[in-house]
Amino acid sequence: MNNKQRIVIVGATSAIAEHCVRLWAQDQPVDLTLIGRDADRIKRVAADIGARSPEADIHVTQLDFLDTAAIQTAVDEIAKQQAVDIVLIAHGSLPEQDACQNDLQACREALEINGISPLLFAEAFAKHMAKADSGTLVLVGSVAGDRGRKSNYVYGSAKGLVTRYAQGLQHRFAGTGVKVVLVKPGPTDTPMTAHLKAQGAKLASVEAIAKNIVDGVKRGQPVVYAPPKWRLIMLIIQHLPNFIFHKLNI
Amino acid sequence: MRTVSSWGRLSAPLHRVVVLNDPGRVKSIVSREYPSGLAHGMGRSYGDACLNPDGVLWLTTGLDHFIAFDDKTGRLVCEAGVLLRDIQRLVIPRGWILPVTPGTQLVTVGGAIANDVHGKNHHLLGSFGDHVQRIKLIRTDGEIIECGPHTQPDWFAATVGGLGLTGIIVEAEIQLRRVASPWLQTETIPYGDLDEFFQLADGSEVDWEHTVSWIDCVSGNGNRGLFMRGNFSDSEQRPEPKKRQLVMPFVPPISLVNSLSLRPFNAAYYNLKKSKAGSAIVHYESFFYPLDNLLEWNRMYGPKGFFQYQSVVPREAGQDATRAMLGEIAKSGEGSFLAVLKTFGNRQPVGMMSFPRPGVTLALDFPNKSAKTLKLFERMDAIVREAGGRIYPAKDARMPRDLFEAGYPRLHEFLKYRDPGISSGLSRRLMGA
Ligand SMILES: Cc1cc2nc3c(=O)[nH]c(=O)nc-3n(C[C@H](O)[C@H](O)[C@H](O)COP(=O)(O)OP(=O)(O)OC[C@H]3O[C@@H](n4cnc5c(N)ncnc54)[C@H](O)[C@@H]3O)c2cc1C
Repeated sequence: MNNKQRIVIVGATSAIAEHCVRLWAQDQPVDLTLIGRDADRIKRVAADIGARSPEADIHVTQLDFLDTAAIQTAVDEIAKQQAVDIVLIAHGSLPEQDACQNDLQACREALEINGISPLLFAEAFAKHMAKADSGTLVLVGSVAGDRGRKSNYVYGSAKGLVTRYAQGLQHRFAGTGVKVVLVKPGPTDTPMTAHLKAQGAKLASVEAIAKNIVDGVKRGQPVVYAPPKWRLIMLIIQHLPNFIFHKLNI
Repeated sequence: MRTVSSWGRLSAPLHRVVVLNDPGRVKSIVSREYPSGLAHGMGRSYGDACLNPDGVLWLTTGLDHFIAFDDKTGRLVCEAGVLLRDIQRLVIPRGWILPVTPGTQLVTVGGAIANDVHGKNHHLLGSFGDHVQRIKLIRTDGEIIECGPHTQPDWFAATVGGLGLTGIIVEAEIQLRRVASPWLQTETIPYGDLDEFFQLADGSEVDWEHTVSWIDCVSGNGNRGLFMRGNFSDSEQRPEPKKRQLVMPFVPPISLVNSLSLRPFNAAYYNLKKSKAGSAIVHYESFFYPLDNLLEWNRMYGPKGFFQYQSVVPREAGQDATRAMLGEIAKSGEGSFLAVLKTFGNRQPVGMMSFPRPGVTLALDFPNKSAKTLKLFERMDAIVREAGGRIYPAKDARMPRDLFEAGYPRLHEFLKYRDPGISSGLSRRLMGA
């Protein structure tokens, strides 16, 4: 038992998740559980956080993200020790739309890892949070989930599933001590590559996105667009009438 | 393929950019998937040392993880794409600091090693490579080499200052040094000519860790300048200053650095600083990295970009050579915002190809005016050659091959350690491949 903030990260090797962890760990001593698919890559994240924040307690867990029994066992094990303050579910992978259109197996994998798997984790943690009547569950969706577009609708529909699911969970926990935050990042750059980009649109840095998320979680905001300008952009895209939308090459 | 420029923005050649973000995958990427290329950090080199026109760049900024930090011994192990800024911000609050840093902290550890960068304290602590204990190098044939001052020291000497040409640095271990606070006790002293500068520089070597001077190369009356020196303070505990960043928002159609702006700017800067001469307590970030809060300031030189010319000449010839170079610059009417003049201490560098050597170093920026600028550089080259000096490859985009060969007598020895799968604009220009 300790009084450090307890944070669990699912998909801890995702760049966005990692940068959130760096911010949380620099603010206060934390008790971290990092869950990932690849043991070496999680260890790399754990070592980095350990060097940055010697006061942090860090645990790592390696899992198959589609194995329901393994997810159930791992989550029960984590939750039984002590109530969890924040769970960040951040994993996913950006598939090639083309591959999904031409290969049903690729299509299925994209839907499972970006849509189904996050829900399974969320559901497993939700049960424990409901019992404790506390905790914040953060789901990373995407602006791609707001309206299906030809350039990435398979990924977008998986993220759309996460969006609908988070809404339902927010409804379920309204008026309780449990908070559900849905994060919708726009296209994000890898760190520090701005100087390599040809002139033109600049993508948001992972650091900036992580800051938006950490601030949004602190405020318990139900939907966090990161960066915030995407709220407006997506509002417009969602409301474009079809006769205009269908002419856009997006 | 996309265009990539270095800091001087002199060209924007096409590259295939391959991001390295998983150290476990580097070997397979550089030996099988993209087996010839060049490592590229933050692109803070001014010329073509970090470019590989029409070829592959292995971008290292995704290798940005700390591996271990022991705050009892000050040993830091990290991946090669970690920024010096992130190291400083991590370790300074815990009582340690990077012993040597260049004038910007927005560079990677790999880039700092490959150019064996120097700072304001060369006379006491040498260059970056002096504090590296171990390097993990991956070659494009898949070989992994661990080297340091005592293990495989020949590989170490080739890789420190080796311009990225011996392999890809994926990891490094650095010995930090103790520091009590992020604040420095500093002094700024105006001087009127070069003799005074040398007196100040010599007189400060023992008692001051950091020394540097800004010299006004366009005023024409003597060579006035401002000598700055600083030591970390033990006693100072103040609140961190607020960080404010400005961005140069666009590339102006012509260089903002021109004969109209230059003199008034230099005069204004000199007088402003002179009026503040004396002692002050200064935060390390503004003392070491005065330009880092003005992001993308390199754009102000306009679409044609700019050169930096940095030389070092041996101390015996130093005074005359510096005077002669400043004379050429003043005569040409070309010039530069404040130039940097500093003495290097009397110590040999660890790297075969390291730039620092005992003597005096002068560094200036010049807007690119094509033939006119290159002509001036030829006259400056003649002075450097005559004095037995050398030019800094990290800043160079045009030095002639004979001057390179004369300035780096260990070149021949170095070539044996080159990775045949690696080449850069600079290596093709100055080493033939
Ligand atoms: C404002 C400013 C001030 C500066 N002040 C100083 C100063 O005071 N002293 C000084 O010495 N320099 C100074 N410099 C130059 C700068 O410190 C060097 O050019 C530094 O090497 C840049 O690092 P980088 O990460 O941007 O590397 P890059 O410029 O991207 O690359 C530099 C070299 O390192 C190689 N390299 C990069 N990463 C790796 C790797 N992982 N493995 C193998 N090779 C690699 C590249 O191939 C290339 O040859 C300054 C630059 C600027 C813009």
